Amino acid sequence: MYTQAMDTAPKDATPAVRSADEAALQTRFDARIDAGEFIEAKDWMPAHYRKTLIRQISQHAHSEIVGMLPEGNWITRAPTLKRKAILLAKVQDEGGHGLYLYAAAETLGVSRDELLEALHSGQAKYSSIFNYPTLTWADVGTIGWLVDGAAIMNQVPICRCSYAPYARAMIRICREESFHQRQGFDALLTMMQQGTDAQRAMVQDAVNRWWWPCLMMFGPPDDQSPNSAQGMRWGIKRISNDELRQKFVDATVEQARVLGVSLPDPALQWNAARGHWDFGAIDWSEFWQVVGGEGPCNRERLSARVNAWQAGAWVREAAMAHAQKHTIQQEAA
Amino acid sequence: MNQPAQEWPLWEVFVRARAGLDHKHCGSLHASDAKMAIQMARDVYTRRQEGCSVWVVRADHITASDPQNKETYFDPAEDKVYRHPSFYRLPDAVDHM
Repeated sequence: MYTQAMDTAPKDATPAVRSADEAALQTRFDARIDAGEFIEAKDWMPAHYRKTLIRQISQHAHSEIVGMLPEGNWITRAPTLKRKAILLAKVQDEGGHGLYLYAAAETLGVSRDELLEALHSGQAKYSSIFNYPTLTWADVGTIGWLVDGAAIMNQVPICRCSYAPYARAMIRICREESFHQRQGFDALLTMMQQGTDAQRAMVQDAVNRWWWPCLMMFGPPDDQSPNSAQGMRWGIKRISNDELRQKFVDATVEQARVLGVSLPDPALQWNAARGHWDFGAIDWSEFWQVVGGEGPCNRERLSARVNAWQAGAWVREAAMAHAQKHTIQQEAA
Repeated sequence: MNQPAQEWPLWEVFVRARAGLDHKHCGSLHASDAKMAIQMARDVYTRRQEGCSVWVVRADHITASDPQNKETYFDPAEDKVYRHPSFYRLPDAVDHM
């Protein structure tokens, strides 16, 4: 989902004229990338590399934080104490993932406040998937299974990102993320195998609604993803949008069969020649509409974030005032 | 009184995975003071028993070597292979020394 950052970015004008010094640094940087070396925060890097990373990492961080909202919606209504404890732990993880990523973005010289301001003003994006509503309990399970499943598919290659602080954050995130997918599948399996007909229908309905938006998480088709090549060159992106999407479909078909649900695509068919599952055309107009701010929940999500930030302002200020008071007392003593 | 927004300072977090191991850098976070930084480090970095002890250090209190000087600073050790035991080839009878 985080590869969406490259495809939803405004076009940058790259300065044509550079100094000889900078050209030498650039050559050295390219050689390090080619050798598979990691770039650390204080190392020289091209301005465009830095900017692209800030955009991608912060969009990823925003996605984690906004992603807490659709699921947080169900914490008080989880069906059992066990499911509630699991969901609390998962939503807390998402908050933690956001923090790892904000910290990684800040190593590039941007402040946390600037990043949040970009989110709150609507200038920065987050993954399109979180602008869909969670209507039933089955949506929570489906998010775990499909949304987190798609996220893992996307995130595992970023563990080898050339920018080391991002790669380190991703390793930690991926380690924690697989519990998210498994708990979702487990919740759905329980309803499919031990539930009522109505519960099974609820699961199928959730899968029907989430399937296509999940396929969109991987971003536009490769031939409409002009920034991908640069991302690949820099080792920020390792696997193309279409390749990841295909991997996700191939992995999910068997899981759906075990679960006992159908995937809402009449064109879904095994292609022995390709060794992959063929699937139907994606409605990209819906994707661009959601990215453009016109999804079902865009306004609700953003206003929830802005309200939380504003309502928490006095806590942040009080904590700082408290810390400053103690510093002054210690200095006086 | 309307004060300008002020960001909480940045802290670097070090976690000891278990007794007997070093504290290892694992990330950073913002907190208003040391006590809050410790609490938040617990919540952010040890949700799955990844540690038994946490250090936090204000990021602006850390002095680091300059990456521009990496070669001049660290490469002189490169040709001093005699600092490693493997440099010395001893007779077989005593080579487990």
